[in-house]
Amino acid sequence: MPTITIDGRKIETQPGKTIIEAALDNGIVIPHFCWHPALSVAGNCRMCLVRVGSYKKAADGSLERDSEGNPVVQWLPKLQIACATPVSDGMVVDTKGEKTVAAQNAVMEFLLINHPLDCPICDEAGQCKLQEYAFKHSRGESRFTEEKVHKPKRIRWSDRIVFDGERCILCSRCIRFANEIAKQPVLTFVERNDHVTIELFEGTQFDSPYSMNVIELCPVGALTSADFRFKARVWDMSFTPSVCPGCARGCNIHIGVRDNQILRLEPRPNPHVNQYWMCDAGRLEQYQWVNTGRISGAWLRQNGRHVSVPIDEALDSAAELLKRHGKQSMMILSGSITNEDAFVARQFAEAFGVREMAYVTVEDPSFGDDFLRCSDRNANSTGLRTIGIEGNAWQQLLERVQQYSPELIYFVGADPLTAGHNEWTAVLEKVPTIIAQLSNHSSLEAYAEIVLPAATYAEIEGTFTNIDGWVQYLQPALETKETLRINGMKQSRLDKFGAPNDRWTHGERRLCRPHWKLMTEIASRAGHQWSYRTARDVFAALSDTVTQFQGMTYEALIEYRGIRLSSPPEPVGVVYESHYMRPQAE
Amino acid sequence: MNVTTNTRAQRMSFWEKLYLPEIAKGLALTFKTMFKPKLTRQYPEERWEPLGSYRGRPVLVLEEEGERCVACGLCSRVCPALAIEVQAGETEREKERYPVKFEINMLRCIYCGLCEEVCPEEAIVMSKDYDIVFHSQEEAIFGKDKLLVPIARLQERLEFLRQYK
Repeated sequence: MPTITIDGRKIETQPGKTIIEAALDNGIVIPHFCWHPALSVAGNCRMCLVRVGSYKKAADGSLERDSEGNPVVQWLPKLQIACATPVSDGMVVDTKGEKTVAAQNAVMEFLLINHPLDCPICDEAGQCKLQEYAFKHSRGESRFTEEKVHKPKRIRWSDRIVFDGERCILCSRCIRFANEIAKQPVLTFVERNDHVTIELFEGTQFDSPYSMNVIELCPVGALTSADFRFKARVWDMSFTPSVCPGCARGCNIHIGVRDNQILRLEPRPNPHVNQYWMCDAGRLEQYQWVNTGRISGAWLRQNGRHVSVPIDEALDSAAELLKRHGKQSMMILSGSITNEDAFVARQFAEAFGVREMAYVTVEDPSFGDDFLRCSDRNANSTGLRTIGIEGNAWQQLLERVQQYSPELIYFVGADPLTAGHNEWTAVLEKVPTIIAQLSNHSSLEAYAEIVLPAATYAEIEGTFTNIDGWVQYLQPALETKETLRINGMKQSRLDKFGAPNDRWTHGERRLCRPHWKLMTEIASRAGHQWSYRTARDVFAALSDTVTQFQGMTYEALIEYRGIRLSSPPEPVGVVYESHYMRPQAE
Repeated sequence: MNVTTNTRAQRMSFWEKLYLPEIAKGLALTFKTMFKPKLTRQYPEERWEPLGSYRGRPVLVLEEEGERCVACGLCSRVCPALAIEVQAGETEREKERYPVKFEINMLRCIYCGLCEEVCPEEAIVMSKDYDIVFHSQEEAIFGKDKLLVPIARLQERLEFLRQYK
């Protein structure tokens, strides 16, 4: 075990690690641009220069000491890059001394010579590594008065990524990502000297399903998202840690919100699940449906017409209908409801004697791959199966419905018509009573007796279980009409200080409730009193009842970034965050 | 009780206590002022024209090609009263960003001029408008239609900023 000394602190580390890795493991951040723990070492930004040496020894092997008794260090004549220098026993590293700081300042000055400093129009401003270091390691003023080099700007690498050559500091992170992680080696450096820029090979596009990860990977604003471009400033948004509901992988994400609208999703590092990445499909497809087309408030059919009613009234009549037809009813759940929803749904089915109950499996083999994307497009099918609910495809469910001809179908989040199964229309017309808990408007509403407004993954507290059995915690990012942001939700500057007469606070709040809550309330109206007031209560009951969840609490799920079913928690260690000074970084 | 007082009447000198000479002095001042030039203005018919250094309501500089503002949002960030809301959008012009929406809530604005100071483009400046009135809270939110002012009318302020900023 080599022991090295960084800034006077003795650190035990493993052989083969580089200085920057050993330092990061112990919470010491050495400034860097091109190094990334998941990528190969390039060593071309020179930002991580540190002074390296070893203790001087006398002829008899004892440490040489100066007049004050401190051991004398024999420094290497030149500074070394911490990202490519392996540790060796007895190494002494200085990351904060005069020489190191001078070198870091010099590197910053060189990098800024040809950087356009167009922060006002750059989307990265506020979460930019170059800004971070310009703030921490730079002289503050440029001595360069000549004309800056002009390079191609606004180049589309694909319809998702925009490249700005002038802002690029040539760290090669994107090139290495394309080669090593996305496995689509289409990027390369071209030209020489200060005219170096990054280009695509002729006739290619960088459109791998993971390509947009280079946007967060890029230490500067050279790569920006075509989808997000200029929607909001980073410092005006709140970022809530959450989990992507796009497939069974459950990649960890940050939900970027301003004015109660989701503006973007971005990956959040989690070594257990998705390392540092997420797929473009999850990032682009999993937020618009939360912002638009939402059901707000309950509906009830009266004299053949849908009438908007207070939720309580709708719950009353739902309880009435279930008491009457519960024994001849069928529950169809979505596979993307939380563990809490599923647990309460099972209890609900028992309470009303529901005859048939299943969740809908959504298999899309064209979506799955051997990296993060799963062909199982449900966010929580593992959790539902663990809780004891079986899965059926829409086709099988249709056959079951035709076989049993239930008097009542209770849809929890599931919706055959939006999923494109129009063969269901004939069956839906025949079923006398349909109750649906839905988050988005759908043609299913036309067949329903009662529509209850359901909250989406971005509005609830809960847990998803991913394909490998990792139980992960979700927290609300959006306010509903019944929740308050100040009650523990992530707040942006505008959320904190906005008043009702400010127009930027008028983003839509919907009247909707989590699935488990709607079901608990219906059950309580039918005389089944459960003591669930929050998702926490439900999860406590779940971890008491279902052995695979034993011992789990929300606190532990947050601390360990997910716990595997029927396993003890595994610590994640230090999680690398590339842009660590961005607002509300964890 | 041992109470000492120091009232204005006790401090008056003998001549002041006589009263009549003071009356004469006052009347003399009144007569003198009657023949001096008038300082009162018949506002709003007669308006005061402030100097370039005056901080009236903030406005956006409108150039021939369009607004200077690139919607960076720094004015909105620095505004201590949170009066400014900016929504950026993309354009085909060389500076690829422009404000789709730029609103200043004049009920919130405190005329501190920090937005002007922070602006990297010299796109928002304090004008000479000082009489800002409205009939409702909604009307007090000024959009781009009210904020954009041709650069020709702002020369004095821009000159002042160039000299002293």
